[in-house]
Amino acid sequence: MNVTPEARPVNARRRILGDLLLAAAVACVMAVAPSVYSNQLLLFNFVMFLTLSQGLNVIYGFTGYLPFGYVGFFGAGAYGFALAVMHLHAPPLAAMAAGAGAALVLALVLTPLFRLSGAYFAIANLAAAQAVYEVISNPALEDITKGPYGVSLSGVYAPDTSYAVSVAVLTATLFLVVWLRNSRFGLSLRAIKEDPISAAMSGVSVVRGRTIAWLCSALIAGLVGGTFAWQISVFYPETAFSAQFSIFAVVFTLFGGVATLTGPLLGVFILYGIYNTIGITVPQYFQLIYGTLIVALVLFLPNGLVSLLTKRGYRVP
Amino acid sequence: MLTGAIISGLMFGLYFTLVGLGLNLVFGVMRIVNLAHGDFLMLGSFAAYWLFTLFGLHPLLAALAVLVVFVAIGLPIYYGVVPRLLIARDSEMLSIILFFGLSQMIEAIASIAFGTNERSIPGRVLGSGPVSFLGQRLPSAWVFGAAVSAVAVAGVYLYLYRTRLGTLTRAVMVSREEALATGIDVHRISAIAFGIGIALAGIAGVFAPFMLGSVTPAMGADINVAAFAVIVVGTLGNPLGTVIGGIIYGVGLMLMQTYLSSWANLLPNLLLIGVLLIRPEGLFGRAVRRA
Repeated sequence: MNVTPEARPVNARRRILGDLLLAAAVACVMAVAPSVYSNQLLLFNFVMFLTLSQGLNVIYGFTGYLPFGYVGFFGAGAYGFALAVMHLHAPPLAAMAAGAGAALVLALVLTPLFRLSGAYFAIANLAAAQAVYEVISNPALEDITKGPYGVSLSGVYAPDTSYAVSVAVLTATLFLVVWLRNSRFGLSLRAIKEDPISAAMSGVSVVRGRTIAWLCSALIAGLVGGTFAWQISVFYPETAFSAQFSIFAVVFTLFGGVATLTGPLLGVFILYGIYNTIGITVPQYFQLIYGTLIVALVLFLPNGLVSLLTKRGYRVP
Repeated sequence: MLTGAIISGLMFGLYFTLVGLGLNLVFGVMRIVNLAHGDFLMLGSFAAYWLFTLFGLHPLLAALAVLVVFVAIGLPIYYGVVPRLLIARDSEMLSIILFFGLSQMIEAIASIAFGTNERSIPGRVLGSGPVSFLGQRLPSAWVFGAAVSAVAVAGVYLYLYRTRLGTLTRAVMVSREEALATGIDVHRISAIAFGIGIALAGIAGVFAPFMLGSVTPAMGADINVAAFAVIVVGTLGNPLGTVIGGIIYGVGLMLMQTYLSSWANLLPNLLLIGVLLIRPEGLFGRAVRRA
């Protein structure tokens, strides 16, 4: 492509503007949606998956490391929130911070997993999420976590506030992705994904880049987990650590296209929309559909729906 | 109690060797991760369940039927997806995602076809009464499962080291490119290995109702973690190292269940993460390492 020096900044500015507009539009739509549509829980679920998919996008899309146990951070956030409320009688926002802190600690503990190459990282991460679940749901810890019997946080139940907070988390996440797409740091992450050795030789700090992306991604999932605990207020360990969360986030992100802002959004709106029309009554049929979709995507469209446009030279936000 | 835990651990170790062996064979030959391994095992369990319930077929005969049918199913699956995967840039990573999709398809179809109820086969089918061994009384179904596993492992050994196809398979394991250059039909060898890999999962599945308790269409995910723990503890890509991994896993599991039963479910996860972190290169073997 021939790009004249004068034209480039204008183009770049237009790109950033496009990204920002899309992010702001989605955030606004989800913020006003409850006044138009009365099923707030359904809207909350959409916000939750929009945020989780973008959070997964931060680590998988930009660094190529697939966290199959992404739900571990979500569950850590939910249980961090619940434990802070139950034992410290913390106000909800402080409890959110506790949840986010729990997710960050788990992420720090798991940073050595980056020594593993892609496939082993994914499997080890899955095992780690299960290990956290086994600990929290263990009857031996009933005094602390209530074990497998679940937690009840009816004292802080506030669906409107928690919905608003979840939209705030979504907004922050969307702008983080916009920043990653348009910043030097985001570019360095993608360089690491393409070829870590060449990136390191060009002066990119591989370890630092991956770790920051990893912590951001975990923080997002932890915050979503906290809002989930706040919104739902009664839940069991198998709900908070349900593999469904990781699976859906991965499928939605892959379906739309990684490392874009549009891809995961499209994935959630289309697939989670379908799930809510047919999936809840007959989950097996939905499972069959997304299983088939994954196989077809990997074989025929590994870069997701948006690659239909990007291959033809269009830039997708 | 300790002797009992170790002896039953060895039996379960042999069984878990069988659970992981197919996964490791597929990884060793194709360098792809078959995340649907546990679901093929589940299909084997349901095959055994229906063959027993409808026709009263003995699990041993069911295992033979599963062996033949699964090898036959494996060939078209291999040719359908694996050659396309292997030309991709990051085939290992893509294989995880693709086979994860396949595992979801299998689980969904199994739930639609069989329902989500737990199924089991009565243990007395494999002989009545416990077997006494070194002063320990063990359920005869366990002894049976361990014996069949040992036979299957020996069969894989004989295949790899005593047949011409096995020699070619080992050549592909060492270097796919060099095998191709010497005129070996790499795809045919790999397709057969893939078939054998899922057939081994199927045979392990036939005995799952006796060794692991009742079976459901959703059991695959847990089996996968156990199978991974076994093959990572043994040597990844070396099918016979799986025996070591299986035995460490089985004995560890039985010791945990005897002395720390409420934490026993943590074992496969911790074993897997621990070994991956402490000795990744030693356990992965030479061929997997990249720059």
